[in-house]
Amino acid sequence: MPNDARTSHLIEGDTGSWEIVIGLEVHAQVVSKSKLFSGASTEFGGSPNAQVSLVDAAMPGMLPVINRECVEQAVRTGLGLNAQINLVSVFDRKNYFYPDLPQGYQISQFTKPIVGEGEIVLDMGEEGEVSVGIERLHLEQDAGKSLHDQHPDHSYVDLNRSGIALMEIVSKPDLRSAEQAKVYVAKLRTILRYLGTCDGNMEEGSLRADVNVSVRKPGDELGTRCEIKNVNSIRFIGEAVDYEAARQVEILEDGGEIIQETRLFDPDAGETRSMRSKEEAHDYRYFPDPDLLPLELSQDDVERIKAELPELPDARKARFMRELALEHDVAERLVADRDVAEYFEALARGRDANLAANWITGELFGALNKLDLTIDRSPVDANQLGALLDLMDDGAVSGRTAKDVFETMLATGQPAGEIVAAQGLEQVSDTGAIEQVVDEVIAANPDQVEQVKSKPKTLGWFVGQVMQKTGGKANPQTVNDILRRKLEIGDDQDQDS
Amino acid sequence: MKVDRATVQHIARLARITVSDDEAARFEGELSGIIEWVEQLEEVDTDGVEPMTRVVEMAMTQRDDEVNDGGIADDIVANAPEKADHFFVVPKVVE
Repeated sequence: MPNDARTSHLIEGDTGSWEIVIGLEVHAQVVSKSKLFSGASTEFGGSPNAQVSLVDAAMPGMLPVINRECVEQAVRTGLGLNAQINLVSVFDRKNYFYPDLPQGYQISQFTKPIVGEGEIVLDMGEEGEVSVGIERLHLEQDAGKSLHDQHPDHSYVDLNRSGIALMEIVSKPDLRSAEQAKVYVAKLRTILRYLGTCDGNMEEGSLRADVNVSVRKPGDELGTRCEIKNVNSIRFIGEAVDYEAARQVEILEDGGEIIQETRLFDPDAGETRSMRSKEEAHDYRYFPDPDLLPLELSQDDVERIKAELPELPDARKARFMRELALEHDVAERLVADRDVAEYFEALARGRDANLAANWITGELFGALNKLDLTIDRSPVDANQLGALLDLMDDGAVSGRTAKDVFETMLATGQPAGEIVAAQGLEQVSDTGAIEQVVDEVIAANPDQVEQVKSKPKTLGWFVGQVMQKTGGKANPQTVNDILRRKLEIGDDQDQDS
Repeated sequence: MKVDRATVQHIARLARITVSDDEAARFEGELSGIIEWVEQLEEVDTDGVEPMTRVVEMAMTQRDDEVNDGGIADDIVANAPEKADHFFVVPKVVE
């Protein structure tokens, strides 16, 4: 499980192999109604400066008062990452000037974060499991938003986001490939969404990552790293790592040196660029915020939050494999999204779990993909799809017909039963009813009956007659069985005609 | 510890304050004096003493997670030297 050179993906240069070393700082917006230190709303997309209190705007004399729920969300996340919870933590001021930071400092946690060391286990498929250390998690304020495209020589500033609670989750430099970095962020996002502590919406900026990349010869000390700021999609994280590692190897092999700096990933060009070369950029002059007392938690609070934690993806995957006999890969796909796992549980209740899983990963995922919808907005919910599976289970519809019915359900939202009844798709497996039709066909066609005794292949003609009389709804297998019994023909299709 | 001229200029730059050479010379002396004065505290043995964070024993006040503020965009931008549609308008800042 340790992520050593054996499981790493070395890249080949002219001077031999290089190892990529990656550490990630993920900024996750805390799910809460109001901000970390004020009662203004955290809702996304409000009109400019409508969700700003005098505290968020840093008006003189305003004092921050911490939101209890944000603290609990951080503790919940720490517990979900199997991390140490620090019963005493301290808020510090991180000083820098920017127009979207009205205080002139960000309230953050520097020397004493609320959460200490933890761990995330990645499932890397063939490569096996990889354990990634969590260095720390701390609470901090988000900044406002600057718009640069509204005016040729002015920027517009909206402080609605200013003061919203963020969790900065820092990994140890344990990741060794772009793929691992992507799986790490995906897994972290899954855990946060299970916990309900961050909605994980990368498009709205609820989850963004700073990616630290360095390269070294295997076994060497860590190389100088570059930090790629604010990468906002999992795919871009992978592309940024690959580009940056190749850039660094090229510089080092040309005899150059890596300069520690902040870089920006440009998704259109697929490259990273230097953002600022100001050497003073990182002189934040942290000091404890005199407006805030140390944040103290009781062990009882921590235990209460722990007792209320939901089942997390790893535990759920193990349970799906153990209790429902799902294959590893299928279970992994189902638990990766909490909404999918919940849909599956509702669908599989009292039904064949593997059939339910197949329908979700096959028909449903295919349909949602085509419609560009997430599962929580699926036109067919678990109860509706369940009703269709029940019709199959009863033998009322064939598997083939069920797929057609599902298409109609997607398009019209009608219940499966109604569609089957309205379109007369019900498969007749009632042997009594079929037998009656078979008897009629046999009685009406004595010549054919004589012929089929010497030429068993003409049985197909009888099947056709029965299917015609039942409007195509008879279960063909049942028809076949009954005909063979009544006409005293064996199962051997290859009998000589 | 002496605060030299370069440090004075560095601090001034971080604080976005323009400091002339004459002023820098004065601050050099003043800041060094302050630092040296505070340095006397290092003579006190504080091994095993927790830093003091409050004068009276009290816990940090916490609020419930309720939206009870905001909706005052007019007030927020009231003093802004320049504004448009409730945005603050500032000189272009792009990295």
